[in-house]
Amino acid sequence: MKYVDTTQVQKKMSSRLLTNRIAKTLFLLATLFGLLVLVVLIYRVVAQSLGWIDFDFLNNRLSTNAERAGIKGAIMGTLWLMLVVAPVTLILGVGTAIYLEEYAKKGRLQAFIQMNISNLAGVPSIVFGILGLTIFVRGLNLGAVVLAGGFTMALLVLPVVVVASQEAIRAVPQFLREASYGMGATKWQTIKNVVLPAALPGILTGVILALSRAIGETAPLVVIGIPAFIIPLPEGLLDKFTVMPLQIYYWTIDSALVDEYANLAAATIVVLLLVLFIMNSIAVLIRNKFQRRF
Amino acid sequence: MVVSTYSENKTTEETSEKMGANKGSKKSLAYQTKDLNLWYGTDHALKNINLDINEREVTAIIGPSGCGKSTFIKTLNRMVELIPVVKISGDILYRERSILDKSYKVEDLRTNVGMVFQKPNPFPKSIYENIAYGPKIHGIRNKKVLDEIVEKSLRGAAIWDEVKDRLNENAYGLSGGQQQRLCIARCLAIEPDVILMDEPTSALDPISTLKVEQLVQELKKDYSIIIVTHNMQQAARISDKTAFFLNGEVVEYDDTNKIFSTPSDQRTEDYITGRFG
Repeated sequence: MKYVDTTQVQKKMSSRLLTNRIAKTLFLLATLFGLLVLVVLIYRVVAQSLGWIDFDFLNNRLSTNAERAGIKGAIMGTLWLMLVVAPVTLILGVGTAIYLEEYAKKGRLQAFIQMNISNLAGVPSIVFGILGLTIFVRGLNLGAVVLAGGFTMALLVLPVVVVASQEAIRAVPQFLREASYGMGATKWQTIKNVVLPAALPGILTGVILALSRAIGETAPLVVIGIPAFIIPLPEGLLDKFTVMPLQIYYWTIDSALVDEYANLAAATIVVLLLVLFIMNSIAVLIRNKFQRRF
Repeated sequence: MVVSTYSENKTTEETSEKMGANKGSKKSLAYQTKDLNLWYGTDHALKNINLDINEREVTAIIGPSGCGKSTFIKTLNRMVELIPVVKISGDILYRERSILDKSYKVEDLRTNVGMVFQKPNPFPKSIYENIAYGPKIHGIRNKKVLDEIVEKSLRGAAIWDEVKDRLNENAYGLSGGQQQRLCIARCLAIEPDVILMDEPTSALDPISTLKVEQLVQELKKDYSIIIVTHNMQQAARISDKTAFFLNGEVVEYDDTNKIFSTPSDQRTEDYITGRFG
């Protein structure tokens, strides 16, 4: 006796195929929904910014006069901010990752630190803003300057860098470490000459993604008190500054007063999106170029 | 099979005896283990190992999978400590000094005792950089000296002619057999006294295996070689002494000729005649 009844199979075939098709359509719609929102968003922003992005817009300072206003200050502010965030996260993040992966004994303490880093990654950015306000702006009495903003942002994206670096370090095959130890290399020699070079692409990818998050973050900088309107360009770590997302925020609020501010906000959004797009592309390129070399 | 390798081996044994006679000196011990026990957590992996290993000989460690032979060889350069739950008792003397002693720096030990691994594991660097790695970590910076070491080591591992025109190419472009000989060359570059080989040919094709075996024969003139192998014929072909491991114990340790012709333990005979393992 056969368990699979051919006539029964035939009878149910069309309904099975129909269910399959429905499932496919549902998942396609789910995918298209996200895509559609993105297209609408970009269309709205680009349409509003048309004619507003030109060299003057990129090169002019902030002004209450919408026709003359530019975002050079915000661009410079973003650059200065990254100048602080990049090295701080790189050193602290990669250092932490190396310690946890290579030096720390796998035990309770290590598990505890690991859990807290994961928790840290889930802390809302505004809370980091309050931390930055308390420690850097007021505690160290720096004021709302590049250095304070940079440290705050660095703390915010640190967990991302740590986790990405840890994964990159963990992905370095154990047999490479063994080869190095087997020749009498110390742990640090092994890390410096074998582990880090092999993990570097992964670490860089993580750092770039973290930086692109820092570039787009607004809330922590609002909390530490970046001014709404600032004309002078930042020229050092202890200068007051603003960044692109903040400029977008204030222009959007003030578009109730001056209609053209909405266009300026849209134009800034386009510039910011372009920067983020380029950074993420670089991250993807690095990842693809160095993928699977062992 | 056993008979033919036996006669082959006899000739090598005779030559090495002659060489020994020419030198007119008794070989001293490279390694000595005394009641060596090792646990992975609660798993008793090595039980009361007492082996005396001669210098400038090939000592083969044979036995079925999981018998502790890899663990044993990794204990000799303390590589086994990379596994966090390992506990060791007893003693291991390298050149009459305890390597388990706190004062013995593991980096120092591994400079004298090189290792070749089961799977070829070159660094993702150029052929040159692979060989120069060891000397560099030991502080040799002089380019001319490094050049000499690289050539000498590659010649020593019988791979110089194959790679001399592509020293700056990535080592991953070499075939598996070449990679393994490159790893042997990399090991020679630190000018070790002992070379530990952990199933060095298990990932290689027969021709590459033959080349590595010939190389081992060549190297034992200058180095003490301890080789773990899954392949009994290989042990019979290339080694002077053989230790048969089973369930973490040394069942029998004797001259290779003796082990493969008239083993004194029934279990050894069962294993080498292929009744198990």
